[in-house]
Amino acid sequence: MSVRALPLLFLNLGGEMLYILDQRLRAQNIPGDKARRDEWTEVDRKRVLNDIISTMFNRKFMEELFKPQELYSKKALRTVYDRLAHASIMRLNQASMDKLYDLMTMALKYQVLLCPRPKDVLLVTFNHLDAIKGFIQDAPALLHLVDETFRQLLDIYGGLPAGEFHLIRQTLLTFFQDLHIRVSVFLKDRVQNSNGRFVLPVSGPVPWGTEVPGLIRMFNTKGDEVKRVEFQHGGNYVAATKEGSFELYGDRVLKLGTNMYSVNRPVETHMSGPSKNLASQTQQSIAPNPLAKEELNFLARLMGGMEIKKPGGPEPGFRLNLFTTDEEEEQAALRRPEELSYEVVNIQATQDQQRNEELARIMGEFEITDQPRWSASKGDDLLAMMDEL
Amino acid sequence: MAVRTCVVSMVAADSEGPKDSGVRMFRREPSIPLRGSAAALCNNLSVLQLPVRNLTHFGVVHGPSAQLLSAAPEGVPLAQRQLHAKEGAGVSPPLITQVHWCVLPFRVLLVLTSHRGIQVYESDGSVMVYWHALDSGDASPVQAVFARGVASSGHFICVGTWSGRVLVFDIPAKGPNIVLSEELAAHPTSITDIASEPAQGQDCMADMVTADDSGLLCVWQSGPEFKLSTRIPGFGVPCTSVQLWQGTVAAGYGNGQVRLYEASTGILHVQINAHARAISALDLAPEVGKLLSAAEDTFVHIWKLSRSPESGHIEVEHCHGECVSDTQVCGARFCDPSGSSFAVTGYDLAEILRFSSV
Repeated sequence: MSVRALPLLFLNLGGEMLYILDQRLRAQNIPGDKARRDEWTEVDRKRVLNDIISTMFNRKFMEELFKPQELYSKKALRTVYDRLAHASIMRLNQASMDKLYDLMTMALKYQVLLCPRPKDVLLVTFNHLDAIKGFIQDAPALLHLVDETFRQLLDIYGGLPAGEFHLIRQTLLTFFQDLHIRVSVFLKDRVQNSNGRFVLPVSGPVPWGTEVPGLIRMFNTKGDEVKRVEFQHGGNYVAATKEGSFELYGDRVLKLGTNMYSVNRPVETHMSGPSKNLASQTQQSIAPNPLAKEELNFLARLMGGMEIKKPGGPEPGFRLNLFTTDEEEEQAALRRPEELSYEVVNIQATQDQQRNEELARIMGEFEITDQPRWSASKGDDLLAMMDEL
Repeated sequence: MAVRTCVVSMVAADSEGPKDSGVRMFRREPSIPLRGSAAALCNNLSVLQLPVRNLTHFGVVHGPSAQLLSAAPEGVPLAQRQLHAKEGAGVSPPLITQVHWCVLPFRVLLVLTSHRGIQVYESDGSVMVYWHALDSGDASPVQAVFARGVASSGHFICVGTWSGRVLVFDIPAKGPNIVLSEELAAHPTSITDIASEPAQGQDCMADMVTADDSGLLCVWQSGPEFKLSTRIPGFGVPCTSVQLWQGTVAAGYGNGQVRLYEASTGILHVQINAHARAISALDLAPEVGKLLSAAEDTFVHIWKLSRSPESGHIEVEHCHGECVSDTQVCGARFCDPSGSSFAVTGYDLAEILRFSSV
């Protein structure tokens, strides 16, 4: 499969993560002068996003990311986002992190699946980067960092032929295969069916460079058109009006990859488990997909480039819960089907500790000692706010 | 017989609009469950018809594994087998790119292509008779190495590769003594698909066509030494699937178009704006000249090819369109030589959907 898919996968999933965290933190906002020390403020929100974005676009990390390499498994990649989500003062427990990762992956699966042309995966990425730049408008150094990655993407992917993008998209779809988690924001918008499969529209604009189906043209030996017959295609398509911009700045036209959350349209906290598709569940559990030692080595090298600010000093790590209540979060952790549990990563890493000191060091940094639960922590305020959803 | 034909066409005329000359004649049959869902690959369904026992064999790629199964007409799967790509160095198990049955004059073999190499099995997948490892020696690190595109011509099996080279294997009447006899180097980019048909006699020697990621098509005369007879240039869009029928090349492209070319001259005779998304599979029912096209737009169309009595040029009419709701179709094949039934696979879908004529 394509060895160029990882940067696109990472940046797009990272973009989705930022959308979700931004919306959760924004909705929670308390004006700075009124906030108690343990309540989320606008300043905290910006700090969390800035910290995560600066970790995500770190030069050394980007250098590792853009090296040609195979995709990681879903489980392995989750450890990267676990680390990223904890790059700031915010803390997520296992169940909230699982949920965050589920939302991110399902959102990107939808975007990659509905991409009009394989090449448009790049426009989806640009939509994410445009939005990320919006988050850090008042941090010029960070903007510069994101633009560097932008230029790197243009350099590497700008001139790729269509066949390469076909392979990249197939590689990404393989990553998302058999993932059928139902997300209520998608169910509500009727873009996902109750069996977890996405709705594929048969109307709207055709991809740029594609003709509206329904016409047969016949030519003679000289190349003159001698006959023209129409046929009923069955869809209801219209011509594409213009192509999205593949420049640093421009109208992407495509909406996939833009921020679908807002204060008025919050991140849905309700999410159902995978559909009861026994066939695909069986397949998942029998498919040989252990986090092989070699994958750990690659992962260690990749994450070695990430700089993490450890929560320290007098500041408490602020907890963010993606569920309505603590109880719901605990229940979710217990209910999670085994094949969807990402804990294997931790277990495996512990076993590998002797063998791989570098990784052990990195994984050690993930371990977050139990956060004390204050009765009026910032996390609890988030819970209260989620009750209103 | 003449009377019966007349009745059918009258019914069709009554029930259909004037634009639809074909008869709407397919209905869903019970689908066949798969152990794993189909991977997002083009041409991700191979069908082998065994008329003797009235069994149809299906092959579908899941990812690192592929599933073979045989089914009776009612759709009950009888025998199943899971095949895996040979392991090698790498972070994850190698992914399979295609499974395809090759019907040779004297034996039937199953070819499995992957990112590691080419595996040739007895037709039931029970015994691997040959293994060819891909040589990634001259590949740059950004290049994915794989084999893709399989067809047989005479006693040769041709397999496409990432580099654009086509490997020609000479197959003995029996036994594992398969020999790489030739490498065809006419394509600058990765091979996507290969098709062939039995040679049509002296005046129509072209019997194999290869397609690639740039849309370039090469028409070949097979033999102890393959000869390139025609090059049909691409237009920047991958040709994802290709078929050959009575000297006509049918090519499906990433922009949803189907084009029909005269194989011997490369002249374009028909251009169909067939689908709204990339075409994922073409198939032919050789007895009746029916062409099937399937695409990521969830549609499967069936076309009737014929030669104009006056000009002798190839012509086409639309016979049937089927929407497979919310399914990004990744494989589709006729299940009999007369084109009266077909099967469809979709990305992420753990079943084979079947349709047959009423």
